[in-house]
Amino acid sequence: MTTHSEIHDDLSFEDSYNFAYLDEQTKRMIRRALLKAVAIPGYQVPFASREMPMPYGWGTGGVQVTAACLVPDDCVKVIDQGADDTTNAVSIRSFFERTAGVATTEKTTDASLIQTRHRIPETPLTEDQILVYQVPIPEPLRFLEPRETETRKMHALTEYGLMHVKLYEDISQHGHIATSYAYPVKVDDRYIMDPSPIPKFDNPKMDDCPALQLFGAGREQRIYAIPPYSKVKSLDFDDYPFSQLRAPETCAICGADDSYLDEMIIDDDGGRMFVCSDTDFCASRQNEQGFEPAEVAS
Amino acid sequence: MYVAVKGGEKAISNAHQWLAEERRGDPDLPDTSVAQIREQLSLSVARVMAEGSLYDPELAALAIKQSRGDLIEAIFLIRAYRTTLPRFGYSKPVDTEAMRCKRRVSATFKDIPGGQVLGSTFDYTHRLLDFKLMAEGDVPKAEAGTPTDGPMPHILSLLNKDGLIQDEISSDAEPGDLTREPLSYPADRAVRLQALARGDEGFLLGLGYSTQRGYARNHAFVGELRIGFVTVEMSIPELGFSIEIGEIEISECETVNQFQGSKSEPPQFTRGYGLVFGQQERKAISIALVDRALRWRELGEDDLGAAAQNEEFVLSHCDNIQATGFVEHIKLPHYVDFQSELELIRQIRRDALMLEAGE
Ligand SMILES: [Zn+2]
Repeated sequence: MTTHSEIHDDLSFEDSYNFAYLDEQTKRMIRRALLKAVAIPGYQVPFASREMPMPYGWGTGGVQVTAACLVPDDCVKVIDQGADDTTNAVSIRSFFERTAGVATTEKTTDASLIQTRHRIPETPLTEDQILVYQVPIPEPLRFLEPRETETRKMHALTEYGLMHVKLYEDISQHGHIATSYAYPVKVDDRYIMDPSPIPKFDNPKMDDCPALQLFGAGREQRIYAIPPYSKVKSLDFDDYPFSQLRAPETCAICGADDSYLDEMIIDDDGGRMFVCSDTDFCASRQNEQGFEPAEVAS
Repeated sequence: MYVAVKGGEKAISNAHQWLAEERRGDPDLPDTSVAQIREQLSLSVARVMAEGSLYDPELAALAIKQSRGDLIEAIFLIRAYRTTLPRFGYSKPVDTEAMRCKRRVSATFKDIPGGQVLGSTFDYTHRLLDFKLMAEGDVPKAEAGTPTDGPMPHILSLLNKDGLIQDEISSDAEPGDLTREPLSYPADRAVRLQALARGDEGFLLGLGYSTQRGYARNHAFVGELRIGFVTVEMSIPELGFSIEIGEIEISECETVNQFQGSKSEPPQFTRGYGLVFGQQERKAISIALVDRALRWRELGEDDLGAAAQNEEFVLSHCDNIQATGFVEHIKLPHYVDFQSELELIRQIRRDALMLEAGE
């Protein structure tokens, strides 16, 4: 009997797996789901999500969508919290370097495919780009109704009263809609969609966006999409219109006063500073202003 | 002064090296071989095979070694490997009546055709630490018996002859495969049982236990529990007949449960069913309890609102790889969302304080 060790001894990781890790049959299955998703903007298409070599919750949905979209001459950028150098972004980027051998970049403008967790880049995207979102809970109605059997019905019947009641109750209790991220949107005047946990600051970037936006939820086995130049409207009321939200500060490094900022606690007295969450945006502004990109201590 | 997250790449690589070192433990002690794990931690191996949905004791043992004995991590390694394997098809139904039983007990009948076989069980051991095991040493060989010949009929099939127990509907339909099709609700019973067989032992144990304590109680007896080896056959279309492709060890449990009867049907026993890879009787019994609870609709019982009756609740939370991923992912950075929440809270508080001041 041949043992596993004999079989696996002379195989390296790179020889053992297909381009971009997934086998071609799986990619075909995902691409079918993607096509359906593009055809029905904002509709959650079930797909047979595979176990990936990273845990659920780490971006398995996004990774599968990216793997199904990649071609050898793609240039991939991966961000988490807006930054290219957060540990999980580093890990996913190196996964695609290793399994697909594609070029990678930190520059938004150089990327043909950007996989993201929790942010949309500040630099406007173009028709030549795909933005892949990692999605934890794809169902915008989930926290109002835990049963999938019910929420699917509500979407089918466009029965969104529950969501409007929730937003209304927020206003009567807090004077504001008390959702600051994963703020629900309506796509193409039909489906209510979860934009993934991006800050609501980013919501307007989804509307009329020239890039193709794809959403992958691995654990929940759902894919959905916003085709280029689609109408994406954040839910609101006429007398309580949607508004963006950011810290009313400027970036301590590049001076931007219109970017989304990370707040940092810098001393024991709770002293704070604010810097751009989008590291590439911040670095490009520093370059334009002629100073060296901040060499950041670790 | 801006201290941030640069250096992720280096941190990851250092963490991996440290992990490898800790996995090995004290280098002065001999390394544990995969074969040792396979032979001496065989019940861990069984669990990893079952929840990893891959019958391969050698790879399961390797996964246990690599994961430092964290079985959920080992199951994850096996799942991630399994998913890369091509799917050739599905086997013919396994004939558990023809099982070479190493253990077979019934709690409902004292004497049964084929006999009760106690087998290698912890059941009647006294749970006293055996300090002799701290020293290395060989165990004396157990006395060998004579294997029972011939098929061992399922106990519940004997009850069935009198119509005392409900018939199960047999079907030649192609079974679903939840590793290839997304789960949708309601799921059929075969897919449900598949999900439970892959489900977390602890979660199912707790759910099964809850049915015994009154949350959708259904009065279960273990009609039969059998553990042993069965052959797996596949039809090969090119050959026009089926061939044996191997032998696997499984645990199978059938429970006998009460059924009140309805307007159209006189009272009759019903069953719960659990089947799982390897010697895993705790899991097989738990699956049978949960399976029976999930059948309330089909049997015309009331929805008592119990967790074990709620198919969507059970199936969408029993997978420990999904669960551990999502539970643990909240340790990943969420700076951006938290920042947004901070600003919102500040805004709401500002408004509230202004309102108060104005009043
Ligand atoms: Zn900046």
